[in-house]
Amino acid sequence: MNVVAMAKYIPNPTGTPEIGDDFLLVREGVEGGLDPGDEPAVEAALELTEQSGGEVTVVSMGPASAMDAVRKALSLGCHKGVLVTDDALRGADAWVTATVLSTAIQLQEFDLVLAAVESTDGSTGTVPQTIAEILGVPALSFARKIELKDGGVRIERQTETGYEVVESGLPALMTVTAGATTPRYPTLKGIMQAKQKPVEQMSVADLGLSPDDVRPTQKVVGIEDAPVRKAGEVIEDDGSAAARIAEFLKEAKVV
Amino acid sequence: MAAIWVYAEVKDGQVGPPALELLTKARDLGDTVEAVALGSGASGAAGPLGEHGAARVFAGDDEVFDGHLAQPRVHALHELVKEHQPNMILFATTYESRDLAGRLQARTGSTLMSNANDVLGPDRAQTQIFGGTKVVDVQLEGPDPKLVLVRPKSFAAEPSGGQAEVVPVQAQIGDDLKTAKVVERHEEAAAGPQLGDAPVVIAGGRGLQDPKNFELLKELGGAIGKAAVGATRAVVDAGWVPYNMQIGQTGITVKPDVYIAIGISGATQHLVGMKESKRIIAINKDPDAPIFKVADLGVVGDALKIIPQLTEELRSSG
Repeated sequence: MNVVAMAKYIPNPTGTPEIGDDFLLVREGVEGGLDPGDEPAVEAALELTEQSGGEVTVVSMGPASAMDAVRKALSLGCHKGVLVTDDALRGADAWVTATVLSTAIQLQEFDLVLAAVESTDGSTGTVPQTIAEILGVPALSFARKIELKDGGVRIERQTETGYEVVESGLPALMTVTAGATTPRYPTLKGIMQAKQKPVEQMSVADLGLSPDDVRPTQKVVGIEDAPVRKAGEVIEDDGSAAARIAEFLKEAKVV
Repeated sequence: MAAIWVYAEVKDGQVGPPALELLTKARDLGDTVEAVALGSGASGAAGPLGEHGAARVFAGDDEVFDGHLAQPRVHALHELVKEHQPNMILFATTYESRDLAGRLQARTGSTLMSNANDVLGPDRAQTQIFGGTKVVDVQLEGPDPKLVLVRPKSFAAEPSGGQAEVVPVQAQIGDDLKTAKVVERHEEAAAGPQLGDAPVVIAGGRGLQDPKNFELLKELGGAIGKAAVGATRAVVDAGWVPYNMQIGQTGITVKPDVYIAIGISGATQHLVGMKESKRIIAINKDPDAPIFKVADLGVVGDALKIIPQLTEELRSSG
């Protein structure tokens, strides 16, 4: 089977993000890489094609530096990549992202599209579902266990109170939770080979989209500091901390 | 004036609190407030929806909605949207509604905002970023209906005493929308009070060092009495405890009377889900852990020593 793995380049999650005067995230001079949340989906794509044959195409949208994320996925074993990068996409919202990525995915041969449940930086969590609707395929969301079955897929889908078993034919899209797979590490050989693998870089025009197609539908009109919660008393445990906590719980009338 | 819809999730014929919270807010936003409920028992759920402000409930009781993932529900919802043209649809940030809202957006071409904490008008909403340290005011543009996913517990549900007219929804669902079938359902609910409702939440993170130390939290919960045990994303991802115990951006939002964070550093992804708690106690070895910045009582120390002492203290004084 042929699989498309969606990959996002995000600023280093342990860094301190800054907002510019245009209300957009400052990305210049900020270290970044493949969203760690994408790794379980990339791993699932690799395992499925190792079982059944076929290729994994990494599809990404982002600044030119997002090539790092694509190369990382290639170093793990994905076969080729597509990166849509265009100044017109700065400040893209969920709708624009889904429009661009679905158009890029439609140019690929695929049986399955794999994505993270949500990005680590934006946490929007709806882009894969929108893409699935545009592609006209089911979205097998929140998969925590994945197996191929009778020419289709069978997953355990996480729910708020447990899980469901869902069976679907192909083609389909799937969002993969952390823990569904154990992501591999890139090998030196993989990193060397990644440099030789084909990556197609595309603009909005290359996809046949117009500036109107990528106009954001959300505008940030203000950013303010949230009310700060005041830090309270901090004590060092000298053996009496348990008694102090018990007293606090009694004051709060919960014991 | 604006027509505001609320998508109400139905499970076993019951609507959950999020839909009632959203209806309460919707009453401030428009003069027409209506709800859509799709799944077995949807009509029966019209009572509480009406009491919270829905003048009409579009109810689809067909089992086709329960037996499949989002596609049949999206189709039915889209048909209703085309016919009645609401200005805005509010959804709760849940698995089901994320799937639904995401797919509906592809059909309506309208904006979809996630993780809203407040809705200011039919084209304006707020979200919090960077672990809830910044409030972002967002203008929603483009065609109606504006779609907004709101985090549960953003508003308090208050009944207005109304009664809803039930409008049955006829499902005409093609076979092409029935390819993803739900073949089994499993509950993994823990005993005792549920995380979302418990007056005391005890949450554990990486600092517990070993999955078996979650037993210490359960024992403490037993000594307190009305407590539920939760966890951070890090330990859920590591497979220590099931996903339904996860508190944070991904996972459940809690607002208990007392939140006890044990071995939790306080990553922004976690803070979003608990910082509105009335009182926060944090125990961590690292005096620089960000969790201490939001704690009312912070204890720098070894949780594995302190928790059994606390359990013992409460048992002997209780």
